[in-house]
Amino acid sequence: MNSFTFTQATAVAGAVQDKAAHDDSAYIGGGTNLIDLMKENVARPTHLIGLKKLGLDTIENLPDGGLRLGALATNADTAWHPEVEKRYPLLNQAILAGASPQLRNMATDGGNLMQRTRCYYFYDLATPCNKREPGSGCSAIGGYNRVCGILGTSDQCIATHPSDMCVALAALNTTVRVSGPNGERTIKFEDFHRLPGDHPERDNTLEPGELITGLDLPEKGFSKNFSYLKLRDRTSYAFALVSVAAALELEGTLIKDARLALGGVAHKPWRDKEAETMLIGQRATVDTFRRVAAKVLENAKGYGANTFKIELAKRAIVRALKQATEMNQEIDTNAFQNSNP
Amino acid sequence: MSQVTQAPLAPPPVALAPTQPVSLNINGQAHTLQIAPWTTLLDALREYLDLTGTKKGCDHGQCGACTVLVDGKRINSCLSLAVMHEDSHIQTIEGLGTEDKLSPLQQAFIDHDAFQCGYCTPGQICSAQGLINEGKAKTEAEVRELMSGNICRCGAYSNILSAVMEVLNNEGLIIEDKAWSAGATKPDMAPVEPPKK
Repeated sequence: MNSFTFTQATAVAGAVQDKAAHDDSAYIGGGTNLIDLMKENVARPTHLIGLKKLGLDTIENLPDGGLRLGALATNADTAWHPEVEKRYPLLNQAILAGASPQLRNMATDGGNLMQRTRCYYFYDLATPCNKREPGSGCSAIGGYNRVCGILGTSDQCIATHPSDMCVALAALNTTVRVSGPNGERTIKFEDFHRLPGDHPERDNTLEPGELITGLDLPEKGFSKNFSYLKLRDRTSYAFALVSVAAALELEGTLIKDARLALGGVAHKPWRDKEAETMLIGQRATVDTFRRVAAKVLENAKGYGANTFKIELAKRAIVRALKQATEMNQEIDTNAFQNSNP
Repeated sequence: MSQVTQAPLAPPPVALAPTQPVSLNINGQAHTLQIAPWTTLLDALREYLDLTGTKKGCDHGQCGACTVLVDGKRINSCLSLAVMHEDSHIQTIEGLGTEDKLSPLQQAFIDHDAFQCGYCTPGQICSAQGLINEGKAKTEAEVRELMSGNICRCGAYSNILSAVMEVLNNEGLIIEDKAWSAGATKPDMAPVEPPKK
């Protein structure tokens, strides 16, 4: 790790000022990803701004029926918050499908959005990587790319966003609240993370110095029919090869509303609104789900070692939608009954 | 026998690292260390406080050997800076029990032969204590899932599982978060006698 200074911020405005006053500085929440990146010399901030004393760690009901997750609430506290378990079990399951209990006890909700890709080459300083060093090239294209993306990739970068939590947040239409040098603003979740294009070094649309302060979930939580299906190389504590957040609002077998987002396949949580529109008004049948899955993957591109993900994603979509359909009407908040296929 | 003599090496250039005082409450005892901000909690415990029960395995949050309890919650001490833990109550394996009176989990690990080389064991036990404090895992499948952050290269998993299950099935062992409320100096982490064999 390189040398750096550390200050503990006690107010959002002070944190934002401190950030602006130091070049190459970084906010640190739980630090589970940033400290790892610093140990690998991938991140080399010269000043860290601690956020744990900001507060912003509460989870509160909103007047419009939604729920606000403080940016500094831990992933574990969020997953197991009674309101999340009851009203947003899809989020509960997605969080518990990720990382380990120790990491979830440290990692914050805001930090979850900010974590960087786990593409091997991003971590390997001996190899070119456009995300780590713009213009140096992409080693994953034509390289060992089993974990890399198949949707929305560019010829500069095929890295994926590693989060499980964010896939559920995308499906649930979350709003990201940020504070920065120019004041406060909100960002729709679908606009928060970006595709690599010609600037894979940029993971998201935050302006310099902006700090995530909270995540607002709308009232609709799809708590009756949902599934977070995560497929990975071992049953627990591994990043997704493909994951699917599926949520349905059913009237009998008629689909009244639908949400569908994928993880492990793109530079951002891959929500497909066209696929959702295709589902609405249809009967919840395997045939419908297969048609939708084919549509989601119609523009997918494999890069050799990861081409298997295209078929895997199609089947995962069908299975997740089927699981969501077949759920009991009673709300099931037991994370362990739906987390595996 | 010839004696090899070697000219003393020139001392390396000394770059004084900026340090700062960091106050930590560990196993009920207050410590103030003068350390650089990049000192991880793990290195602070091992290198500055001689609390070497907490192990450094992968140093990247992947193996769980460094697991400690912070305000009753298990974390990876390797992925956390010491400076981030002022005002927290940190508990390490040294604070779970004593040589005369092992904690229930420590006793159960012995009774169930739940380790071979023992390197991962402090982390396993602290993690299992965190699991019990959480009160979420009830079944073997749930314990397996919620212990997945701790790797055992000897593969003692089945015995680790039975040790944890035994303690979990003993009522009255769940430690409430309120035990960690402000002002608590020495949290009571060994509330009952080890199970009689």
